Amino acid sequence: MADFVNHILTLEDSWIGYIVAALVAAVLILHVVAVGALLFIWMERKISGRIQDRLGPTRVGGKFGWLQTLADGIKLIAKEDVTPDLADKFLFKIAPYVGLAASYAAFIALPFADGVVGQHVNTAVFFVLAVLGLEVFSVILAGYSSGSKWSLFGAMREAAQVVSYEVPLGMCVVVPVMICGTMNLTTIANMQAGFFTNWLVFNDPFTFLTAIVYFTCATAGVNRAPFDLAEAESELVAGFHTEYSGLRWSLFFMAEYSSMFIVAALASILFFGGSHGPIPIADVLGLLSLDNLGSSDPAFHVFNEDGGGFFASLNLEIAIARFLGVANLLLKGTIGVTVMMWVRWSFPRLRIDQVMTMCLKYCVPLAAVGFLGATAWQALDLPTGNSLMNSPRYSHHELWTADDSESTVEEASSNEVQTPHEDDTHAAAKAVELKTVPVSVVKGGER
Amino acid sequence: MSDIPLVSELRLKFGEGIIDVNLEAIDEWVEVTPDVLVDVCQFLKEAEGFRFDMCNSITVVDYLHTDPKKAAKVDWEPHLEVVYHLSSIATKLTLVLKVKIPRWKNGVEGDLPTVPSVAGVWATADWHEREAYDLSGVNFLGHPNLKRILCPDDWEGYPLRKDYEMPLEYHGIRGR
Amino acid sequence: MASSKIDDPRVIEFDVRTDEMLINMGPQHPSTHGVLRLVLRTDGEVVSDVEPHIGYLHRCAEKIGENLTARQWVPYTDRMDYLAAMNMNLGWSLVIEKMLEYDLPERGRHLRVIISEMGRIASHLVAMGTYGLDLGSFTPFLYGFREREKILNLFEEACGARLTYSYLTPGGATADLPADWTGKCRQFLAEFKEVIPELHTLLTTNSIFVSRTAGIGVMSAKMAIDYGCTGPVLRGSGVYHDLRFHGEERYTEMYDGYVFDVICADPATGKYPESNYEFHGDSLDYPEIPRQAVLGDCWHRFYVRMLEVVQSVRLVEQAIEKYEATSGDWGTPIKLVQKLPVKEAYMETEAPRGQMGFYVVGNGESIPWRVRARSSSFCNLSVTAPLCQGILLADIPAIVGSLDVVMGEIDR
Repeated sequence: MADFVNHILTLEDSWIGYIVAALVAAVLILHVVAVGALLFIWMERKISGRIQDRLGPTRVGGKFGWLQTLADGIKLIAKEDVTPDLADKFLFKIAPYVGLAASYAAFIALPFADGVVGQHVNTAVFFVLAVLGLEVFSVILAGYSSGSKWSLFGAMREAAQVVSYEVPLGMCVVVPVMICGTMNLTTIANMQAGFFTNWLVFNDPFTFLTAIVYFTCATAGVNRAPFDLAEAESELVAGFHTEYSGLRWSLFFMAEYSSMFIVAALASILFFGGSHGPIPIADVLGLLSLDNLGSSDPAFHVFNEDGGGFFASLNLEIAIARFLGVANLLLKGTIGVTVMMWVRWSFPRLRIDQVMTMCLKYCVPLAAVGFLGATAWQALDLPTGNSLMNSPRYSHHELWTADDSESTVEEASSNEVQTPHEDDTHAAAKAVELKTVPVSVVKGGER
Repeated sequence: MSDIPLVSELRLKFGEGIIDVNLEAIDEWVEVTPDVLVDVCQFLKEAEGFRFDMCNSITVVDYLHTDPKKAAKVDWEPHLEVVYHLSSIATKLTLVLKVKIPRWKNGVEGDLPTVPSVAGVWATADWHEREAYDLSGVNFLGHPNLKRILCPDDWEGYPLRKDYEMPLEYHGIRGR
Repeated sequence: MASSKIDDPRVIEFDVRTDEMLINMGPQHPSTHGVLRLVLRTDGEVVSDVEPHIGYLHRCAEKIGENLTARQWVPYTDRMDYLAAMNMNLGWSLVIEKMLEYDLPERGRHLRVIISEMGRIASHLVAMGTYGLDLGSFTPFLYGFREREKILNLFEEACGARLTYSYLTPGGATADLPADWTGKCRQFLAEFKEVIPELHTLLTTNSIFVSRTAGIGVMSAKMAIDYGCTGPVLRGSGVYHDLRFHGEERYTEMYDGYVFDVICADPATGKYPESNYEFHGDSLDYPEIPRQAVLGDCWHRFYVRMLEVVQSVRLVEQAIEKYEATSGDWGTPIKLVQKLPVKEAYMETEAPRGQMGFYVVGNGESIPWRVRARSSSFCNLSVTAPLCQGILLADIPAIVGSLDVVMGEIDR
């Protein structure tokens, strides 16, 4: 992207390109966050309404009340921004921004489809989780600085809960990383291309277990019911955001909803095929040759040898493939969010000790079992879900560990349109690994 | 109730402590002196065959006519009546106990009359006595925590007394 | 440890001790059911002491009663337990009737059974819903309100009001039930029976709900009686006592000829009695008691209410038939200015939240000399302090919610 901008501006490797590229990406992601929050809040109200045998919003914006959230947002902006006397003014004011920034920043490395990513990061799994973990700071800051005992309670609960749940969450995330041998989210997603049997959740029983544990821990990690102790309204009034009002309060909400989407999208990338649909319709129907797909960097298409520029390479097939990919991921993420809403409106809330018990006595051991089991499954070379469909996974490998040309070839032969490998998937993997020469970033990042 | 054995047993046990028994009233009542009240209650709660294990309510009735014309017509002196409504879950009996006390201790206005507390007999009497103290101004001796319960702590006067007058002003809020 | 050692400033205390914190829970708090204020002494999440402060809704109802006639005071009883105003009306009506030695015609008795049991259903639905709300589950609340709304519609048809009815008055009721009311009521009962298992699924048997309520706030039968707890709170502790069975003649005769169960577990076995009530096509199936549940805990108090709703349905079904079979007068309300004899009367009825007692002293005038309302929630709430010791903060809504208090009745 940056190269593309520089190319247009006929600049050679200038910082201007990076700035422009960053701005474009930032604005796009901001729209995902903001519009996503609008949509999810509307969805939450509609879904909760239907679960509770009522209609939910019906008027604002026409038929389904789909502009209700926007109207509420305008109301919130117009409201007085109250800062309590006892509050630590500075921390009180920045706390919501910290939260929003954390969940916003995590979007940077989240690939919406192959190549549709704010910034390609080789260790995207690590990055997303680490940045998302920063969100707890905003809650602690808000709770501490509000000068209210209820807020403080909320903050302490949040701190204890998030710190505990990151342990099993991390253990669950390690499983796909271990199976795929990469921390690159794009690659992990691409390795699940093809039929849904390729999805890691169906890889073996242990990954299935891990996916469930991951979703539970992710729900706890983003403070959703039944783990929403930090804002338990029946106990702590409103928990950490008791003293907030107006726009600042709405920022907490935006952060909450975008975090929900992030963990749901992460779940879909790690376990549910990412941007790849359950059935590769486009391939089956022969719509896409997919020869040009597979690279994770848009700049690659702009500047590859035979591309001859951005527009030339941005052909219809890539556009359709990416569009489908983004739609797939958004759909899966939305389904994940819907499940969280469904849970929230059906269950009572757990108590703090039960939340901890759930984490330490159930989630951690289950995640450990899942990890060990999945490792053993790989080591013992037992049949996996993807071997059923005869489309081996190790046709992909992490770009930067493979030889440049080699990996390009490997990538180009993505998906099941390629000639089927032999059944022993690991042989192919080993073959790739043998050729592996660790180079620094060859491509995949912006140079 | 209408339990004659109960009355005779009470008379036998407490003698002079039982001042009056009215079995013709809608709810038969027994009037006792404040001195024996706690013992009577303890006895009623534990006595086999009665077991008044529940204290339903404690009410203070203020007998005072503020209108001198009306006061001249009645045959009683101004006084307070503390009424205990008891019942039994075990035997399903009910009983009303009454204690008559002066409106003010030794006739000194502002000096609350005293009645021994039965909070030690029934835990529920704790709040009932607090309410009686709060609204009618009876000092329950031996109560563990005799504070106002419905009115604010700094409220003045006892609202359910017949001669009570609403304060003109309370913390800047107009009263009348 | 000798105290001198601790006083010595040179001795460093290695125990990490945290300060206790005093927190005001209420009077403005989402789960204190109105304006209850609890002062909590907490160490972290552990609450060591709870002191309830009441009186924020005190409206001097008893003092007002000394200035109004018996019928004029009926609307004030509405505003006591505003979630079961019909039952409050009934309690006051009965005590005045007792004083005047007035006997209600049969049709009026059946009408009162229908109305008061419907009031009980409506009240228990709110209790169930708000209890879910206290535990963080929003949906049952709306399910409960949806059904309650239908009852309110029926009440509105009968008396014109939806919350403060003033329908049952001393002497009878302000009006007879409208034509075809019983038909609509039957239809409601048929629909409502379908919904009850749904409510059980949402809360009673939900494992999170069970883990939040079972074994929490355990109150022994002795303690419950000692603190004057009544109603479902008392029966949840395994005390077989229901004024509809064991109350005064004047009240129990209302239920003469009716068949229903007192919902109360047998303390010996912990099991609820088998019911022969044909419910949902077959005999009523109680959901299984979870093994964590202890007799007298929050779960049992909730469960008793849920099962009482079924018994109320059963009573209304019978009452409608009896009501339709009788004809004639439903009772004449007493005059607005009715002289009360120089007598005193006390009477308790089984309101949804426990035994609601009214005490009235007459002095020959139409205005009573003294009126007293013995509130069930008042006594039920007094047990909060001993129950809420050494528990977690989140258990407080669970315990207070299971007592199902209404502040209007407590503060009067």
